Amino acid sequence: MDLRTRRKTTNVIALGLSLAAMAFGLFWLIWILWMVFEQGIGALSLDLLTLDTPAPGNAGGLRNAIFGSLVMVGLAMLIATPVAILAGIYLAEYGRRTVLGQVTRFVNDILLSAPSIVIGLFIYAIYVAQVGKFSGMSGALALALLVIPVVVRTTEDMLILVPNALREAAFALGAPKWKVILMVTLRSAKTGVITGILLALARISGETAPLLFTALSNQFWSADLSEPMANLPVTIFKFAMSPFADWQELAWAGVFIITMGVLFLNILARVVFRQQSANH
Amino acid sequence: MSETQAKGRLADLLFFNLTRTVAFITLALLGGIVISLTWSALPSIEKFGFSFLTSSAWNPPADDFGALVPIYGTIITSIIALVIALPISFGIALFLTEMAPTWLRRPLGIAIELLAGIPSIVYGIWGLLVFAPIFGQYVQPFIAQTLGKLPLIGALFSGPSLGIGILAAGIILAIMIIPFIASVMRDVFELVPPMLKESCYGLGGTTWETVSKVVLPYTRVGVIGGVMLGLGRALGETMAVTFVIGNASLLGSFSLFMPGNSITSALANEFAEATPGLYTAALVELGLILFVITFIVLSLSKLLLLSMEKQNGGGAH
Repeated sequence: MDLRTRRKTTNVIALGLSLAAMAFGLFWLIWILWMVFEQGIGALSLDLLTLDTPAPGNAGGLRNAIFGSLVMVGLAMLIATPVAILAGIYLAEYGRRTVLGQVTRFVNDILLSAPSIVIGLFIYAIYVAQVGKFSGMSGALALALLVIPVVVRTTEDMLILVPNALREAAFALGAPKWKVILMVTLRSAKTGVITGILLALARISGETAPLLFTALSNQFWSADLSEPMANLPVTIFKFAMSPFADWQELAWAGVFIITMGVLFLNILARVVFRQQSANH
Repeated sequence: MSETQAKGRLADLLFFNLTRTVAFITLALLGGIVISLTWSALPSIEKFGFSFLTSSAWNPPADDFGALVPIYGTIITSIIALVIALPISFGIALFLTEMAPTWLRRPLGIAIELLAGIPSIVYGIWGLLVFAPIFGQYVQPFIAQTLGKLPLIGALFSGPSLGIGILAAGIILAIMIIPFIASVMRDVFELVPPMLKESCYGLGGTTWETVSKVVLPYTRVGVIGGVMLGLGRALGETMAVTFVIGNASLLGSFSLFMPGNSITSALANEFAEATPGLYTAALVELGLILFVITFIVLSLSKLLLLSMEKQNGGGAH
């Protein structure tokens, strides 16, 4: 085989393998989504929304789990979003070159990928162990700690993209810096920040590990934040690992709800972000 | 100075300090995690000392604990995941940057990113109820017949085909981290100045030669950073592993077919039911070890990716 043929063959083989890798990646995505659809749609019924999680062998739904998840996720977003946006503002507008800014940015990026189960342990150590019982509030706090790094990161990135001319124009009109930030820069980065919030929401909607020893779970309806609270991910975990067919079916229904919600949020975030890019 | 100006100054000062305090809180969080976990793990650290890392005991009634089995499980599943995910991710990044027609790049990129967005519990339940039965029935016997017959590495692929176990957990982890590594690789491949690639093509280089001799050397640091990021994810992943690893806290043999335990699966399964005292402290110490390992891996990843950015004249920061 001459050099030319050999080079060409190597190239064709390499590109063929690359194509195969792409197909391999898509194969899992399609298989997983297909199973979630197939198993999930079969398990859907109105009972899911009207009945609480049952004992094995009884009719039941996921009402308390869905409610608990919504409450904890909502509370986590309420706690974390303002904090994270302010921290993002500091990093982008005040601390770009300060030591505090640099170190915080680094640490924030580490926390972004840190194991979520460790965040659960942290809340357990400083809150659950002190109070002496598992509670919905501690679950919300653990989720809030997962939201912060995501929103800090996107807020900072989006603020940095805002052209300096915009800031200078506002300063030239005599506006104080806080007004410039809140009313000019933050406003023009609004859609980007919202994208970050949506991505954070998508991330915590399916998080299980940090809830295992904070909110725990609850088989019954409870709206009391100082008591263990039912939630979808832990319920799915418990039901899927059980040997009972009806529990496993409910777990698939829960997985279907979570997957659809998370995919919807991810796609929504992309659509929102695209509008932002189109404006620039 | 007019009154409005003075008010503006005061508000400026307040706002600046507010944002700075909040940024500092984010930073303090990291310190808080390390301190509080060390504090809660203290009984176990005092009792076992360094032997905690080398002991394979895990006996709650006798209050005898060692981290060897879960640490082994965490590391071995992550290695399996990397071995599988690395070439696949590279192939995907290569396809997305050099091969795919332009109109296809965006949708395919989004599909891969969606794979990254699927919650790990979905991988877990799919792994346990769909993948593991098929894997145990068809794939494992085949691996045992082929790889299992080889000398030396054969021992890794022997034993009963249970479906669940260390190998299955490693494969599920690989599927989970492929999107992370692939998107970082794609992003750094796109940083290569077109001029460099065109020069190679201009000299008559093939696509593969351009990628292996121009793109890869240029992006080496960033690629390693992406791999470390994937490794960090794999080490700390909980649900996908807990569902399929089998949760056996004994190290029976070195076969990858056997059920095992990882740090995260031990925590997920045992922590809520552990009795307060030494048992809880030992589990918290496991969490602390995990946090320290992932912190080191993720820091390295971040530093590598930052130096990649600098090499390119620095991004925004």
